[in-house]
Amino acid sequence: MGLPREAGRVAAVAWKDLTAERRTKANFNAVVFLAALILFLFGFALGPDAEALRAAAAGALWLTVLFSGVLAFNHSYQVELESGALEALLLYPGDHRSIFLGKLIANLVFVLLVEAIVLPLAAVLYHLPLLRPFPGLAGVLLLGTVGFVTLGTFYAAIASRVRAREVLLPLLLFPMLVPVLLAAVEATGALLAGDPMKESGGWIRLLLIFDVIFFVASFFAFEYVIEE
Amino acid sequence: MRESGDDSGVAAVETVELARRFGRRWALRGVSLRVDPGSAVALVGPNGSGKTTLLRLLTTALRPSRGSARVFGCDVLRSPAAVRAQVGMLAHAPGLYEDLTAGENLRFALRMWGMDAAPARITAALAAVNLEHEEQERVRGFSSGMRRRLALARLLLRPPRLLLLDEPYASFDAAGMRQVHRLVRDIAADGGAVLLATHDRERAAEVVDRFVELQAGRVLNGASATAPAAGLGSRSAGWGG
Repeated sequence: MGLPREAGRVAAVAWKDLTAERRTKANFNAVVFLAALILFLFGFALGPDAEALRAAAAGALWLTVLFSGVLAFNHSYQVELESGALEALLLYPGDHRSIFLGKLIANLVFVLLVEAIVLPLAAVLYHLPLLRPFPGLAGVLLLGTVGFVTLGTFYAAIASRVRAREVLLPLLLFPMLVPVLLAAVEATGALLAGDPMKESGGWIRLLLIFDVIFFVASFFAFEYVIEE
Repeated sequence: MRESGDDSGVAAVETVELARRFGRRWALRGVSLRVDPGSAVALVGPNGSGKTTLLRLLTTALRPSRGSARVFGCDVLRSPAAVRAQVGMLAHAPGLYEDLTAGENLRFALRMWGMDAAPARITAALAAVNLEHEEQERVRGFSSGMRRRLALARLLLRPPRLLLLDEPYASFDAAGMRQVHRLVRDIAADGGAVLLATHDRERAAEVVDRFVELQAGRVLNGASATAPAAGLGSRSAGWGG
């Protein structure tokens, strides 16, 4: 099978997922609402002290993205399970990894759109200076999200085959996300604080390495986990 | 795509001691079966006899626990992509996306097959199953019969070399059943093959060459026990459209 044909399949899967999501918006609204709620709850738990809020903001932001993003991954395979669509999807000729890439792209767009709403909200709630560190912060958000979404898309495929998938997915996913979470929180925290020690670069490089490792491993293992 | 390199003498389907286990239960216990190009075979047997499992193994959706299966010379384990390129299935579940329209579902299928998703092609396929007025309607609002017809339209877009039908008579009206039978005849006439899992022997007898009876995951009376379908006359005249 040629590369252009596989690229067409990747685009078709991403188009299909995003079209279905755009049409209903139910999942997007739920995820954004949950994300906002988590941000508020963290804010209440940390108290009114602006300094304490700023110090905890990076962790709160990434945990918000993680908890709410899990809903998106579950939904991504839920639509395939309706009316036996997954079986039909797997019957198309070509490489099953095209399905993984298509779903990865759709999930990435979805989570980045959620972040585009969550980030300004976090800036208001946690008194964050967004403008100055924005280019670096956007890069860290993108890298962290790529790692998170890669693993989320992969583990959601595994969880989709079992009955208690909503419970199983976070149990499988969150322990694996620790390295990405650690690097993303540290890099974000450093950038929000003005990066006085120039430590964000190291964490960003680590994030990049994790992204590459997770992507390669998930890409090659997907064929085995999506089959029954 | 084909491993043998030559089509002559290659069976459309050839399974040797094919078995599949789900946990501790064997759904298929060693089925050896040959289906020649140009023929249609009905799999019959009670619920749980392994009919659907056999079809799913041939689609590569399941991996065999034991034994082997080849589709037009391509091994389901060694060349799954080549097998999938030749197989089409009308399953009990239509496999459609509820929040896409009928037209979008077909467009998606064409793109996944790497084919030109021209609107005229989609409209023609929908017209063939009397769904042309529902092209812009979401599948979520369709009845089960309409969903089955849409799944049939998807098959009509690209008739496969090996057609697998799982309970094709459920949810179809008389016109739908005639279309399914026409598709079966067209594929067989073009040198393809059809495997049809059903409880309805009477209807299947109109289009199949022979019956294979499964029970508890085995062919009931050995590989030679494939009985000719009663009432099947010459398939040369009037078939193919």
